Amino acid sequence: MPDLLIELFSEEIPARMQARAADDLKKLITNGLVEAGLTYASAGAFATPRRLCLTIDGLTAESPTTREERKGPRADAPEQALAGFLRATGLQRGQLEERTDKKGNTVLFAVIERPGRPAAEIIAEVLEHTIRTFPWPKSMRWGAGTLRWVRPLHRILCVLSSEGGAEVVPLEVEGIAASNLTEGHRFLAPAEIEVSGFEDYVTKLKRAKVILDPAERADTIWHDAQQQAFAAGLELVEDKGLLAEVAGLVEWPVVLMGEIGADFLHLPAEVLQTSMKEHQKFFSVRDPKTGGIVRFVTVANRETADHGATILAGNQKVLSARLADARFFWDNDLRVAKDQKMEPWLAALENVTFHNKLGSQKDLIDRIAGLAGTLAPTVGADAEMAGQAARVAKADLASEMVYEFPELQGIMGKYYAQAAGLPAEVANAVEEHYAPLGPSDAVPTAPVSVAVSLAEKIDKLAGFWAINEKPTGSKDPFALRRAALGVIRIVLENDLRLGLNAAVAAAGDQIGPRDQGDGVQGHAETADVVTFIHERLKVFLRNDGVRHDVIDACLALPGNDDLWLVVARARALGAVLATEDGENLVQGFKRANNILAQAEKADGVAYEYGPDRKYAEDAAEVALFDALDNADAAILAALEGEDFATAMGAMAALRTPIDAFFEAVQVNADNEIVRRNRLNLLHRIRETCLKAADLSKVEG
Amino acid sequence: MATQTAKPSAPTCFQDILIRLQAYWGAKGCAVLQPYDMEVGAGTFHPATTLRSLGSRPWAAAYAQPSRRPTDGRYGENPNRLQHYYQYQVLIKPSPPNLQALYLGSLEAIGIDMDLHDIRFVEDDWESPTLGAWGLGWEVWCDGMEVSQFTYFQQVGGHDCTPVSGELTYGLERLAMYVLGVDHVMDMPFNPPESPIPLSYGDVFRQTEQEYSRWNFDQANTEVLLRQFEDAERAVADILAQPAQDPKTGKHIVMAHPAYDQTIKASHLFNLLDARGVISVTERQAYIGRVRALAKMCADAFVQTEAGGGLAE
Repeated sequence: MPDLLIELFSEEIPARMQARAADDLKKLITNGLVEAGLTYASAGAFATPRRLCLTIDGLTAESPTTREERKGPRADAPEQALAGFLRATGLQRGQLEERTDKKGNTVLFAVIERPGRPAAEIIAEVLEHTIRTFPWPKSMRWGAGTLRWVRPLHRILCVLSSEGGAEVVPLEVEGIAASNLTEGHRFLAPAEIEVSGFEDYVTKLKRAKVILDPAERADTIWHDAQQQAFAAGLELVEDKGLLAEVAGLVEWPVVLMGEIGADFLHLPAEVLQTSMKEHQKFFSVRDPKTGGIVRFVTVANRETADHGATILAGNQKVLSARLADARFFWDNDLRVAKDQKMEPWLAALENVTFHNKLGSQKDLIDRIAGLAGTLAPTVGADAEMAGQAARVAKADLASEMVYEFPELQGIMGKYYAQAAGLPAEVANAVEEHYAPLGPSDAVPTAPVSVAVSLAEKIDKLAGFWAINEKPTGSKDPFALRRAALGVIRIVLENDLRLGLNAAVAAAGDQIGPRDQGDGVQGHAETADVVTFIHERLKVFLRNDGVRHDVIDACLALPGNDDLWLVVARARALGAVLATEDGENLVQGFKRANNILAQAEKADGVAYEYGPDRKYAEDAAEVALFDALDNADAAILAALEGEDFATAMGAMAALRTPIDAFFEAVQVNADNEIVRRNRLNLLHRIRETCLKAADLSKVEG
Repeated sequence: MATQTAKPSAPTCFQDILIRLQAYWGAKGCAVLQPYDMEVGAGTFHPATTLRSLGSRPWAAAYAQPSRRPTDGRYGENPNRLQHYYQYQVLIKPSPPNLQALYLGSLEAIGIDMDLHDIRFVEDDWESPTLGAWGLGWEVWCDGMEVSQFTYFQQVGGHDCTPVSGELTYGLERLAMYVLGVDHVMDMPFNPPESPIPLSYGDVFRQTEQEYSRWNFDQANTEVLLRQFEDAERAVADILAQPAQDPKTGKHIVMAHPAYDQTIKASHLFNLLDARGVISVTERQAYIGRVRALAKMCADAFVQTEAGGGLAE
């Protein structure tokens, strides 16, 4: 079985696009080959800054011959029908077969045989099509051509190899003819290389100073960098994203560790790290004793006769210039924080627009401060301190450092709040009020931080709802889903009992009602915001293994704006539904509900009058009365104590009497009084259960 | 590296690097042009790049372009920030397949030893909102420092570039400081240090940096600048509103370049107003949009001219 090797050799591919491109190449080519009738044993794709590579093992040498029969019109069908059939099949009348069907009619059949095609022919077609339609996130033209690729494409290597030897698959795309040639490292081994198959290719590339596999390059970088740091008694700061990016910038990684000038070591670790990473793509090296960042690691794309001395010196110089800027920002900012208590920044934020319909950053700060104060008692925070933290939470947005490195917002704010002499709770809240930023980001737990963080998110939701900028489909430019998830996680992970309706309404009150014809709705949207949070809650709990119908059954009850309550109820209900009693109870409940609904529809009456025990004829009927009375009492008592497990257990205990009732009794009895009483009894089942959960929402 | 020729000697001064680039690109077949005689923010604004990247006619030009960035003025005190500096610009249309190799040759020509340094092409897409232009390419790093921009033009003035031009931009001062090992731009030798009258970059430009910093930031008369901006804006429309046929000579003469001069003027006036701090964040977008509209009009006009490939012979 032949093996296939493809390499698309171009000018430098952006690091961030390489992994996806390798995957796409594999998917598109293998799908194309399989669609054309070939099969293969395995495939692997790789990328370097200058090449995409695909290797396919055990490809079939040709596609199978296929035979297709198509039934046509009767032999005596009108001329047009025959002509249409001939057109569709591409055959002549003489090539059609005549067969007699069951009714004795003569029917025409086309037998179309497609002979198998050699793999090379199929590969050439599939590869050309793939190159011409490749899904780069951004592509370009070059020279006088019309082909699009991520950067100019220079070579197509396409070799099909088997025991008999290796051959180039003939194809040409916009003047680039496929060959068995590639090039090594741009500087270290630029000569042409002839290859006969994947193993030969990998070996020769390595000799030509190219490591094909990005995972191997990343491993090499990580291993060497750790070694060097370790040898100096230091430790490398892990950064997977940076590692992947750097591995995409080099074909022959050479790790070099350098010094950070003594003048810069006093800068906060986050500043050093960010500046080095963003501008220079350097890793940070930490002194484990002090926790400070003391050195950097850069990854060159080559070896040199001076063992990287020139490269390292150059990088060190560039870093010094960068850090000189950072130090300048830091010194200036500290002065504003210490001497002027950040006042100039707060004043500047009056002129910075948050959103043109939601006012300035200053307006935003005022709203967050107001809401944080309102929420403070609920979350156990000092209201004054929460307000104070909110008022300085955004101050660093006007600092020079955050202007330069927006990703340091909050972190710088904490340092500056400390410099301004504010309490530690306030400084920490400045940093933590943005959290959680992602599903795995930690949630704030300190009460002041919680108050400001919740206020920030609830204001945001209420605000963008008020101006009708809700997320739609995949569009969520203001990250409102993230804000909602943040609210959910903060509430649940801190066991907060927060009434969302009131909180969102309070946020809405601060925003409007400003009916100035500008589309600002005030707090008319509270219910919609809470519904949105409920939707996110379902997604969040689904990842946690809670069924969406179980949540729906709990959201249908009053008090659903207390997320802690909803979740406690849902978990208890979920646990009960997982038992046999629970499952059968749902069946019984649905049966009761269906019978009742049919009767109510037929009779045009709502059976809500309450059943009367004295019309109970059967023992099972009486037992159900007793069971419902017991359940009512037990559920109410349990709910009083927010003991949902007990409440759900009491509800599930209805399963046996309900089953027994349906077993023994015909609801639609001949006696109209008995019948109506039984229907009212069914209604009572619904009512009793509804105290614990709305089982009509439960599927199954 | 299999280069047989001896490595070029190390340059000794700023002008040496400029002269070497001129010689290199001249030898590679570019028309070595001189700077455009107007104030521009970047070498891209030179009509030899902006307008000549449009249309189907082949083109190859290289030139140094003094560039003005009023907001970057630091009174000559910052080691590498200037309100007036030089960009070296190369534009070749269609982009040749060996443009990367040609570019690397130019680094060698100015004394960068290809065996000791780490040269990298790092993704950096270029966009000029004022010119309605964009392209894909890289910033080129030498040992972690950005030494050039390398761009394949895709669109200019709202027109697709067919064929595509390859554009190279070198920040001359920064590159020279790196090659010469100088830490402060003002200390960099401008002419050879052994000259009878050795001049540093500071001797040539320190005073003008001070004068223009003061002027740009505090003194330029914003009312006058605003008026001039509007005059230039009107002039573009007036010039391009003239019929293509010149009534005096009877010839087809679309005045794309005179109109484009006014566009350049408007763009620079906008930069000055920005440096004076009289343009708010929201206004900023509006001004950029106005300049872009002018650039588009000029591009539309240029493609109707002979050089723009609009007059089929």
